[in-house]
Formats: sequence, structure tokens, C-alpha cells
Amino acid sequence: MSEPVLIRITVNGVDYERSVEPRLLLSDFLRNDLGLTGTHVGCEHGVCGACTVLVNGDSARSCLFLAIQLDGAIVETAEGLGTAHALHPVQKAFHDCHALQCGFCTPGMLMTTIDLLRKSPLANDEDIREGLSGNLCRCTGYQNIVRAVRQAADELKVAQTDEAVS
Amino acid sequence: MKPPPFDYFAADCIEAAIQALADAGGDGKIIAGGQSLMPMLNFRLLRPSILIDINRIPDLAYVRDDGDEIRIGPLTRHRILETSDLIAKQFPVLHEAMGYVAHLAIRNRGTIGGSLSHADPAAELPMMSLLLDARLEVQSNAGRRTIEARDFFLGALTTALEDGDMLVEVRLPKLREETGWAFEEVARRSGDFALASVAVIMDSDGDWVSDIRIGMMGVGETPMRATEAENILTGQRYSEAAVAATVDAIRAAVEPNTDLHASADYRRHLVGILAQQALAKAWDRSRRASR
Ligand SMILES: Cc1cc2nc3c(=O)[nH]c(=O)nc-3n(C[C@H](O)[C@H](O)[C@H](O)COP(=O)(O)OP(=O)(O)OC[C@H]3O[C@@H](n4cnc5c(N)ncnc54)[C@H](O)[C@@H]3O)c2cc1C
Ligand code: FES
Ligand code: FES
Repeated sequence: MSEPVLIRITVNGVDYERSVEPRLLLSDFLRNDLGLTGTHVGCEHGVCGACTVLVNGDSARSCLFLAIQLDGAIVETAEGLGTAHALHPVQKAFHDCHALQCGFCTPGMLMTTIDLLRKSPLANDEDIREGLSGNLCRCTGYQNIVRAVRQAADELKVAQTDEAVS
Repeated sequence: MKPPPFDYFAADCIEAAIQALADAGGDGKIIAGGQSLMPMLNFRLLRPSILIDINRIPDLAYVRDDGDEIRIGPLTRHRILETSDLIAKQFPVLHEAMGYVAHLAIRNRGTIGGSLSHADPAAELPMMSLLLDARLEVQSNAGRRTIEARDFFLGALTTALEDGDMLVEVRLPKLREETGWAFEEVARRSGDFALASVAVIMDSDGDWVSDIRIGMMGVGETPMRATEAENILTGQRYSEAAVAATVDAIRAAVEPNTDLHASADYRRHLVGILAQQALAKAWDRSRRASR
């Protein structure tokens, strides 16, 4: 059964049916089979965070997932966030704060931030640094990434308060 | 790198998983969260003939109150343990330790069964199972048996699990509500495996230590209980001198390694400092609770 197996998977709202070899990593499936190269591959052992995507809503390392495990799953990648003309609030915050240089770590940072905004209080910069500690960046020195997450978290709070008021 | 080829089987019940393990005759591997197994496959440190996926087995992820003990399902993710009210109430020391396990994306996937079976010498859950006198329920085609945590960890990445065994439940005997506790750890970066860590649970009776357990990791091939140090402090009046003797006993008992991250001497020094801090905190908490 190391033969290819048919899986159905929803990626960024699009349904796909593909044959996958059991050993195919989700990261390679996204990049090579679906052509979604927004998910970057750094270390392939869970350490760098560049390949982080959302699987059924939770952030996960796509290099530590087998595509074959994801029959019926919903996957979201950086491509699903926004477009060049209509950036997702987290993308906009990264843009506003100059939170990237080469951009290699950025997709993983974005997807991690989205999960953090839901699960972590992000009450102070220490929370943000702790939350991002599993994502390595070799360029920015992290300062601007922390500022971007701060901005995204503050905006979300404002949006939620507005919702509660109206 | 990429994993070597293997077959894949998604089990829908425990019996199917252990049958597949038996059929593979020692060549099969269970995959739970994959957060330790997948890196090893990507590095080709392992070449299993078949991966047996237990993620689709229903009812393997739970934290249940069962009278004298808490029962935890093997597929319970780190994130669930970290946020469980039951765990926070019954085992605040475990709740605290979970915050040190890896990062959010890893905690979303990694499981208690996987962490115990993988048995990294610097992983929090193996150490917690030892500290909390966990009973590990194991099932194979030959039936079901219980292994005490103290008999489970045999060496680095080596456990008492045999080919064909699946860890099916973790049982933690409850502590007294007044029991003091502390968890201290130093890692190079937040979420990294620990350089050293010490956890303590302690009961006090006036100025006396009536019961104490000390767990350590990062300073040997397996997580350890500081048995001699525990004996020194049990039934003693809590004092600076008693703590100093306990810390000396801990430093004498450990056999840390020198590696890229820290020297053996540094780890031995560190474990003593962490023990001092943990003992003080646990004492304080047990006194406050019994007042
Ligand atoms: C970047 C990174 C940082 C990490 N940092 C930490 C850390 O700081 N602290 C820490 O404790 N851990 C850390 N981990 C490891 C993480 O906690 C893993 O989740 C855990 O070690 C393994 O659990 P798993 O469910 O992912 O197991 P898997 O990877 O699926 O399996 C691990 C092993 O256990 C076996 N196995 C799994 N389930 C069972 C079962 N029910 N019965 C029998 N055998 C079973 C598998 O066959 C395999 O041999 C880190 C991992 C990564 C990638
Ligand atoms: S490529 Fe997946 S964590 Fe580095
Ligand atoms: S922007 Fe280059 S690695 Fe982060």
C-alpha cells in the first residue's frame, strides 16, 4: 500500500482530489502538487516554522504532516489570506510595520499570528514573543514582527469592541 | 530530507491498530501527533514498513475525573492538557509544565501518548508522569497491562513498550488539595527542550516536611526522581541546612551529558539552583494552603 491513494482535501476554499504516495509531506503536496508555493520549506523537522499552515483551523507544521492523513481536512495557507489589493488585516499589519525583509519566514509568521490572535491573550510584548518563539527569522531581528502582531491584536480588539457596541 | 517509502494504515479502533502492529512484526510504527516521529522519518533515522495512524480512532482524546484518579487518553493533544480546567485544578504543576512544551503549532498536534512513548530525556511529560506516579495502560494482542511510570523509562528514547504495544491510557492518582508544588526549567530559547528542569510536590505539617517528591530531567538518560534527596527531606524540619543537604544530594545523583547546548558541569550546577528555587516555592505553597 505504499501505492498512491486518492484523497479529498479543501485548500483555501477549493476542493481537490489527488492521488498521493503515503510518504508525501503536506508541505510538498501544497507546493509541488497544487503549485501553492506560498508555504515555504526551511528545515523539514519542525524547528523553523516557515511551513506553518492552518489544518482544520489550528496552526500546524506542514512538514510534519502527511498529505494522506488529511483526507477530508480543511487547510489554509498564506495564499488564502488576502490579495495584493485587499490585504488581510494581519498581512496589512506586517506591511505597515515593515515586518519582513527577504520574506522567507513571513507565510509561517502570518499563519502563526492568526492562530495566536484566537488562542493567546497577547496582552503584552512578552506574550507575543512567546507566541512567535517557534518561528525563526534570519533578517528582521523580530522587532518589527512584534510591532506588527501588536497592531493586528489591537485592531482586532477595536473591531470586537465595535461589534459589541453596535 | 524526505521520508523513505512506507505503507499507511488509518486504524479506526484500538484493536485494529494493535493487530496491524502485530502483523508488521516489529517493523510498524504508530503515528500520533507526528511531532517527533515525522522529524525522524524526514531524517531517515527510521525506516518503518508501515505507519499505523491512530488519529482517526474515536474517543482516544480525553481528560476524565474518575474518583481517586484522573484518566487521560493517549491522543490528548498538549494544547488540550495545557488548557484543561481539570488539570489546572488537580495538577497545577502539570498545568505549569505544559506551558514549556514546544510551541503552539506543535502543541496543537503533539500528544501525551506520543511524548511518553518517544521518551526524550528532556521532555516535560515523561518527567511529569514520573513525578505524579502515573500508571500507564498498555495494550497488545496479548492483552492489557499496567506499567508504573518508574518502570517505564529505560534510556534515552527507550521505554518498556515492546513491539506490538500501544499506550492506551495514562492514569494519574490525585494529589491532596493542599499539596505544594513548583516547576522550574531553563532552556536556551522559549519552547526548546530543557537544559535542565526540576519539579517538586510537597506536603507540610507545621514546620515539617511530611512528604516530598522531586523530579528532574535534562540531567540523565531518562527523567529521574531524586530518591535520595527525597529521603533526606522527608520528616525533617524545613531549614536552610536541610535544603542545602537536599541540593547536595541532587547534584551528586545526576549524570548530565556535555553537548552543544551546555557542559555537564553547568547542568549539574543548574539543577541545584533550580532545585533550590523549586523547593522554596513548593514549601511556600504548601504552608499557605495548610494555614
Ligand atoms: C520544534 C519542536 C520542539 C519541541 N519541543 C518540545 C519540548 O520542549 N518539550 C517536549 O516535551 N516535547 C517537545 N517536542 C516534541 C513534542 O512534544 C511531540 O509532540 C512529542 O514528543 C511526541 O508526541 P506525538 O504525539 O507528536 O508523537 P509521534 O511523533 O506521533 O510519535 C512519537 C513516538 O511515539 C510512538 N507512539 C505515539 N503514540 C503512541 C501510542 N499511543 N502507543 C505507543 N507508541 C506511540 C510513535 O510510534 C513514535 O515512535 C518538540 C517537537 C518539535 C518538532
Ligand atoms: S520546514 Fe517545517 S518547520 Fe521548518
Ligand atoms: S524576513 Fe527573511 S527570514 Fe524573516
